[in-house]
Amino acid sequence: MAVDERALTSGLDALEVRVAPRVSRGRRIWKSAWPKLLAIAIVLAFWQFLIWIEWKPSFAFASPEETFSTLFNNWDLIMESMWTTLRRGFQGYAIAIVIGVGIGAAVARIPVLRAAIGSMITGLQTMPSVAWYPLAIIIFKLSEGAIFFVVVIGAAPSIANGLINGVDNISPVLLRAGKVLGAKRFDSFRYVILPAALPSFVGGLKQGWAFAWRSLLAGEIIGGIAGYSLGQQLKANQEVIDAAGIQAVMIVLFTIGVLMDALVFSNLEKKIRKRYGLVDAAAA
Amino acid sequence: MTAPVQSEFAGSSTTPVVEDSSRDAVLIDHVSKVFGTEGDSLHALDDITLHVAKGEFVCLLGASGCGKSTLLNLVAGLDQATAGTIDTGDNRTTLMFQESALFPWLTARGNVELPLKIRKIARAERHRKADELLDLVSLKAFGGKLPHELSGGMRQRVALARSLAQEADVLLMDEPFGALDAMTRDVLHDELERLWRETGLSVIFVTHNVREAVRLGDRVILLSSRPGRIVEEYPIAIDRPRRLDSSEVAEQARTITDRLKEEVRRHGR
Repeated sequence: MAVDERALTSGLDALEVRVAPRVSRGRRIWKSAWPKLLAIAIVLAFWQFLIWIEWKPSFAFASPEETFSTLFNNWDLIMESMWTTLRRGFQGYAIAIVIGVGIGAAVARIPVLRAAIGSMITGLQTMPSVAWYPLAIIIFKLSEGAIFFVVVIGAAPSIANGLINGVDNISPVLLRAGKVLGAKRFDSFRYVILPAALPSFVGGLKQGWAFAWRSLLAGEIIGGIAGYSLGQQLKANQEVIDAAGIQAVMIVLFTIGVLMDALVFSNLEKKIRKRYGLVDAAAA
Repeated sequence: MTAPVQSEFAGSSTTPVVEDSSRDAVLIDHVSKVFGTEGDSLHALDDITLHVAKGEFVCLLGASGCGKSTLLNLVAGLDQATAGTIDTGDNRTTLMFQESALFPWLTARGNVELPLKIRKIARAERHRKADELLDLVSLKAFGGKLPHELSGGMRQRVALARSLAQEADVLLMDEPFGALDAMTRDVLHDELERLWRETGLSVIFVTHNVREAVRLGDRVILLSSRPGRIVEEYPIAIDRPRRLDSSEVAEQARTITDRLKEEVRRHGR
């Protein structure tokens, strides 16, 4: 009887568990890579086409060839600029995460705080962070402090909002389950609330990075802060009317944007969605 | 309502005898629950008195709006009664929902281990215990699976193992098999019966399925709706293990169904 029951149970289980087809790694990478490669090829072709029809004089709009040779000729300078910009970006972003998580967690858990500043966070998020630069420069002088300030003001609200929305949207049944299992206060936060809010929080992190990166570049272009940086390079090339130099830096900016998204955020989001069962396995 | 009916462990079934000074695991005395405020209030439970003996399997049966889930929430301590007392003594309670309410980011094993983690039990002991519990619900091979990779019935078994990990004395079940297909439910009835007999737990099982109540319960408590009151109590003296499709179960269920229909008709008038 007991053996019979077990066999029936495992028979049902075996029938009900989904078996995912295995796809080889190379095939998967190729499948996601070829549309991107094609898109790049089309953009390059269109760019070259604009050059051939002489849409603008060459000093105002450089050809792909000129742009890429400028990029390689000035490689060291551009790389030095890039590292400075990236370092500022990461530092500012790290501060924004700490502040955003702190504020987000507090607002999500304390009703009075939510009533007080909940809507202000969204208001702050919609405000162009560049608007803070004039004030930041007066407060922090022409230093990196001004840049960090604006990066944090740009990114922290998105990060906080991501966390708040994540906490707000936790299914009540999970909260009850946590309670039933004996998770109180800190345990509840650590074992239930935080992991349940994670998908939305990562969305906030992604948006926060986008805001941080924009604020940073705006700051470097406006700023006049000492040292080579990508924003400063854009500005300097504009002053000497060097279109190829500007375009070369823009290609670097674009590449960083794509890589950050593909390697960090989209990757992370995809992994989390898969783990949480938020994707249709048949489509993934 | 009168004194609690002694559990009926009839026939060949052997049940572990719980030696303890007090015989009852849960004492519900004159409990009422009103939701909302004076003007706009809902009387969910009205003067419920119910004593559940240690090791007893009690089924709460009723149509929608009889407050059966509310009563479980009160016993589980998730909500407060408006009047009356609920005494579970030193007995720990745990609650299982209709949805498995598994944490989607944890594997089956992770879910089972969580209550142990919360109770600060060392890792090695946690592993051992989780292995044992997963084996108990016949899911040893699926410990590494995530909830969304499992079927509904398997998820409920993981949820059951997770509840058992709390080492509670009273298992509260809120229509746990309501969303499952007939065959899976059948299998789970067998498993639950076996587990209950092995562990000596007290169970309060809420359902709107009369046959299920008769299949599982030592006692079936019929509740009326809006407000929820105890209408009738049926001791079930059918030998275990029972079958859902046996004639004794069907016959007993018919009696109760008739009474339940009568209750429901009152609301149509």
